[in-house]
Amino acid sequence: MVALPGSIETENRRSVAGRRRWTSSDEAKGLTLISPTLLYALALLFLPVLIVIAYSFWSQDYLTIDRSFTLENYRIALTEPIYRDLLWRSLTISLAVSVITVVFSYPVAWFISFHGGVHKNLWLFLITVPCWTSYLLRVMSWKVILGYQGVLNTGLMSTGLIDKPVASLLYNSNAVIITLVHSWAAFAILPIYVSLEKIDRSLIEAAHDLGDNKLWSFLRVTLPLSLPGVISAFLIVMIPTVGDYVTPKLVGGKDGVMIATAIQAQFGKGANWPLGAALSVTTMVIVSAMAGCMVLALKLFVRRIK
Amino acid sequence: MSGRHGIRKSRWLPAYVTVYLGFLYLPILLLPIFSFNDAASTTFPLAGFTTKWYASLWGNTAMLVAARNSLIVGICVSVLSTGLAICAARAVTRYKFRGQHAATGLLMAPLFLPEIIVAVSLLMIVLQLGIELSLATVILGQTVFCLPYALSVLISGFDGFDRSLEEASLDLGETAIGTFRRVTLPVVAPAIISSLLVSFTISLDEFILAFFLSGTEPTLPVYIWGQLRFAAKLPGVLALGSLMIALSIILITIAEILRRRAENRLKAGASVHG
Repeated sequence: MVALPGSIETENRRSVAGRRRWTSSDEAKGLTLISPTLLYALALLFLPVLIVIAYSFWSQDYLTIDRSFTLENYRIALTEPIYRDLLWRSLTISLAVSVITVVFSYPVAWFISFHGGVHKNLWLFLITVPCWTSYLLRVMSWKVILGYQGVLNTGLMSTGLIDKPVASLLYNSNAVIITLVHSWAAFAILPIYVSLEKIDRSLIEAAHDLGDNKLWSFLRVTLPLSLPGVISAFLIVMIPTVGDYVTPKLVGGKDGVMIATAIQAQFGKGANWPLGAALSVTTMVIVSAMAGCMVLALKLFVRRIK
Repeated sequence: MSGRHGIRKSRWLPAYVTVYLGFLYLPILLLPIFSFNDAASTTFPLAGFTTKWYASLWGNTAMLVAARNSLIVGICVSVLSTGLAICAARAVTRYKFRGQHAATGLLMAPLFLPEIIVAVSLLMIVLQLGIELSLATVILGQTVFCLPYALSVLISGFDGFDRSLEEASLDLGETAIGTFRRVTLPVVAPAIISSLLVSFTISLDEFILAFFLSGTEPTLPVYIWGQLRFAAKLPGVLALGSLMIALSIILITIAEILRRRAENRLKAGASVHG
């Protein structure tokens, strides 16, 4: 070792230089710059989610938490009729909401993209404005619209179309679905619009020229090319709606209760954090799996048609 | 009628879009209508015009306290989330680094998560650390939730930024901070203000996180939630709600105008350069 001081020194010098090169590289600068934001998200998003997962494997022992590993919470979440039913209903509602929202939003995105002309930005703005207003207030407004003594019933009665209020408008799953479809409309239109904008118009023209009728050129050219937008629309609507709390509470009544109410109860009166955590994790895992199947089914459907 | 690309415009499509817009705007137009209605119930036909529900808001101390809380939270959240999003947007648009996609994915995750799960997980960590629920915890939570929106506004604002302007400034002897202040900032300022407004609007309207994390200090949506149990309080809530909707629309319109202006400026800059 004594015989080779020079080589060690060059080694050191080289690694110092290497480090200096790395610290002045794009990579280092980028990482340094993003680190405050990243640390914030790690501490207040990633870490909390890990804690939820950890809690779901622990159990509540009166006032303390028993930290020995158990799957009991998951057994309760998946087999207790009340949670199983709530979970099933939440999944059905979120599936229905995402399908309805995407189907009804697609033509609007299509219209803006193909016929929006120079006013495309204005159209997009008009579509997104309602979604920037308070979500709580919009849900409340639907309650006012659909109620027994509400806008729709009294409006229809004063025009003479009905002579007795319709009671079945509010406090059921349908009211929840209508309200959620309304809440998520813009979130479906935007991604579909973006993917429609990317389509080379001459492809559609070519399909027309080659004799495809409107429906076929849509199914074989436009729909497959806009699939990425349709998929993001599905994901961005389906996953968050499964855990919606406000809508079922305000317009769902007894028949429209969803899983979020049960989750919230475990952190309030029920005071069983591990069960609440297990319900949250179960919901997330199942809805992600459902979303995955949906994406796969869409891709297969489009491939079959092509 | 034949479109530019041989894509025929059908007659029913504009009609459909009109009906769809009607559906979208129906709930937010009804609240203001009934907030001026001279009756405690929301029934047709309308009873008459009144502004008494608005007048009753001014004497309502609990509501004014909630409004002040919302203002504090909104300002802090918009500054914090925009500040954090500036770092991230700049890093993503200016540099290439490993883990870039994973990092943006994490920051965008709140868009793809049920809000209740974000709220519950934050509540658990906050109580676990023994931190008392307060406006501060609401601010911390809502900032996570606003980050994806602030980030997307800022990334699109920073994206077309011409780096040679900064390089020129550095070559001419300006410091890095000086360059940011005198070259970068003026170009990206509209995007930054737009992000501040968007974050403020989201925070003002956000309910779930505030509901879980606010403790005994309600923000406006939490206050409204408490009032919804009493049918007699509905007209007052409608008046307050109408004001909030009006404020949201004004803020979001300003944000949109600024964003559009920033976009045009970047486009103009690019065309001059090219």
